[in-house]
Amino acid sequence: MTQLEIKREAVRRPFGRRRKSCPFSGPNAQTIDYKDTKLLARYTSERGKIVPSRISAVSAKKQRELAVAIKRSRFLALMPYVTS
Amino acid sequence: MRLYESVFIARQDISSTQVETMADEFAGIITEAGGKIHKREYWRLRSLAYRIKKNRKGHYIMFNLETDADTLKEYERIMGLNEDVLRFLNIRIEEVEEGPSIIMQNKGDRGERGDRGDRGSRPPRAESVKSEESADAPAEDTETEE
Repeated sequence: MTQLEIKREAVRRPFGRRRKSCPFSGPNAQTIDYKDTKLLARYTSERGKIVPSRISAVSAKKQRELAVAIKRSRFLALMPYVTS
Repeated sequence: MRLYESVFIARQDISSTQVETMADEFAGIITEAGGKIHKREYWRLRSLAYRIKKNRKGHYIMFNLETDADTLKEYERIMGLNEDVLRFLNIRIEEVEEGPSIIMQNKGDRGERGDRGDRGSRPPRAESVKSEESADAPAEDTETEE
């Protein structure tokens, strides 16, 4: 068990990809606001889909907030539902 | 009494003065019932991300208001009846944001370039060739300094 963990760590090390921390948590974090389309656009795909948190590294709590903000923004036509 | 944020979109072919009177009318509903308007913003004519009732653009108005649920319900009912209102969104907020909202902040600077700061007063216009030469002279000085 421990053997396996050490091995995995050793495999991961050379790539050096550390887990990114959530951009909305911690000190000097941005606030999520549905009016801030420039910020929200960073968390949507090119087609306008919400980017999953496993890619954007947003924490689960903040991802829920973010999703609501994006949906509000869409409702007010500040952001598109779809871009084709 | 609770704090709410209210945004509504008015039809594009309405003049901005008409939008203002419309906003006054809606604000009146709140204030007459003993509520308060904490903040009012006009985001001007913005292009919509998609068409709403054949409109490609719309006037956005935002209020930060303090009222009770019954008045808000009446306010929403009247907005729903108004044909010039394309859409509205009223959400509860915990506190009134200080200063203008992000949309108003972005109005001045176009795109991502950010604020260029105060450019100061405009230098006097060169009316003849002579004055133009004098305007050029300090520019040359700075070049030699570099």
